[in-house]
Amino acid sequence: MRDQRLWTWHVLAGLVIFVVLGLHMTVMHLDTLVGWFNPAGIKPIAWDSVMQRARLGFFTVSYIVLLGAALFHGLYGLRNILFELGIGTGAKKGLSLVLTAGGVALFAYGAWAAWAAGALAKTL
Amino acid sequence: MLDNKGHPNRLGIWGWLGGGRWGFERYLYTLHRLTGLGLLCYFLLHIFVTSARAFGQDAWAASMGRVSGPPGSARGLFFTVGEFLVFAAFAFHACNGVRLALIELGFAIGKPIEPIYPYRTSVHEQRPLAVVVMVLAGIVLAAGGYNFLFHLTH
Amino acid sequence: MTADTPVTFRLRRFDPTTQQEPVWEDFTIPYTAGMTVLDGLRTIKETLAPSLAWRSSCRMGVCGSCGMFINGHPRLACNTQITELGTSSVTVAPLPNFAIIRDLVPDLRPMFDAHAALMPHIIREDTQEMQEPTGEYYQSSHQLEQFLQFTYCIKCGCCMAACPTMATDPAYSGPMPLAQSHRYNSDTRDGGFAARKQVLATEQGPWKCHFAGECSQACPKGVDPARAIQLMKRQMVMDYFRLYTQPCPSKVVPRSTEVNRRPDVPEAPAPTI
Repeated sequence: MRDQRLWTWHVLAGLVIFVVLGLHMTVMHLDTLVGWFNPAGIKPIAWDSVMQRARLGFFTVSYIVLLGAALFHGLYGLRNILFELGIGTGAKKGLSLVLTAGGVALFAYGAWAAWAAGALAKTL
Repeated sequence: MLDNKGHPNRLGIWGWLGGGRWGFERYLYTLHRLTGLGLLCYFLLHIFVTSARAFGQDAWAASMGRVSGPPGSARGLFFTVGEFLVFAAFAFHACNGVRLALIELGFAIGKPIEPIYPYRTSVHEQRPLAVVVMVLAGIVLAAGGYNFLFHLTH
Repeated sequence: MTADTPVTFRLRRFDPTTQQEPVWEDFTIPYTAGMTVLDGLRTIKETLAPSLAWRSSCRMGVCGSCGMFINGHPRLACNTQITELGTSSVTVAPLPNFAIIRDLVPDLRPMFDAHAALMPHIIREDTQEMQEPTGEYYQSSHQLEQFLQFTYCIKCGCCMAACPTMATDPAYSGPMPLAQSHRYNSDTRDGGFAARKQVLATEQGPWKCHFAGECSQACPKGVDPARAIQLMKRQMVMDYFRLYTQPCPSKVVPRSTEVNRRPDVPEAPAPTI
């Protein structure tokens, strides 16, 4: 049922995030030690670095996977914390709806941004 | 038969913070919640800050300008330290999360035993894993710290 | 601590007929060798506060009645030596996360309601055999070991008082009901996983446990409810992916026909119901 399903995917999403966010953190914050996927050889957040990564389909797909997994994992975690404060049934239903709608909207926007950045990078 | 509901006696949020008089797993539980909430807040803003790259180089530069400051300025230091704290929260939450994923799927907690004193509970059985995970988080934190300092000073 | 060393008991008192809020009251009594917290409460009731109320019964750690919050930890009062606390100041309050009926008496009904909702009994289809047994249900010692630890629960409520989720969420079942549900799910004589799953897959299941481990630290009988709950989660995840089916409940081993009753041992009387 619902809670069994949501919890199982929460754990699986966490494991996916461990891998993909680990890669993202290595690229962005361990660049002096490891230097992965920083083809421009400058700061990872410099425009050239960002565009060179965006050109790679692997990054676009990874960002979208990370976005989905992290939104689900984070918002389910928030839902858990708020539910455990002992709120009423009506509040629980309302909260679930708001978090789901917010999560879907953010995912749609973020996925569009990742795709659009990839498309822009290919024109440069 | 009892007809009154009794005086309420739940510990409330203080019950989440009961570490110190118990095992250190209680601290890990509380810290995991706090880092999770911190990461979620950062992440929701991060989606908007980084989506600027879809609108071109000027939009990207403006967005990056909003979350940084000139080198040596207080604003710059604030954002750099803040970002390091996010990295630290990630290091802890990820490593502890792996530990929790293993434990909550029934690994590293030992098999049911006959509890003849002095027995090892699941909390004792998983403690080596907890120590390894904390050391790993420390290593990741140190590596990230070195990287941040490098960028601050070069 | 020597004989006659004064020990101060700080007790949480609450009389619903005369008070709105619980209050603290101090009582000082002399220490006697081997004094437990329960002994101290008895002495206080006999000499200083005749209206003091608490639950106790066996005074030897097997009935589970005297669970109390002693110096910040949920413990059995009969099992807690004053010397073990390392101080001559003993603070005793009713178990937290349960409403207070009076003084040190908590309202344990929500715990027993949650327990009953998770069907803590053998569920089988052969009701005729269960009512009128023709033999034993087979169970090897290895099969027994998978759940024996969880059978030692005395329902004292100490784990429920220690659990951080119980501190805020009245809808959570709690460590004791969940551990007892797992005790029956892992019992090879039982066939009730499908029935219990209907409840466990909802918010009454183990999903709000995040392994703070306090229940297992607090348990006076070594039941390790945290272990039971994590093993239950593994079963539930395997079940979600359709990788788990409860083994068929164990078969009946008919009585041996080769062993004869000794002639001097009388037959049991016929059942009267």
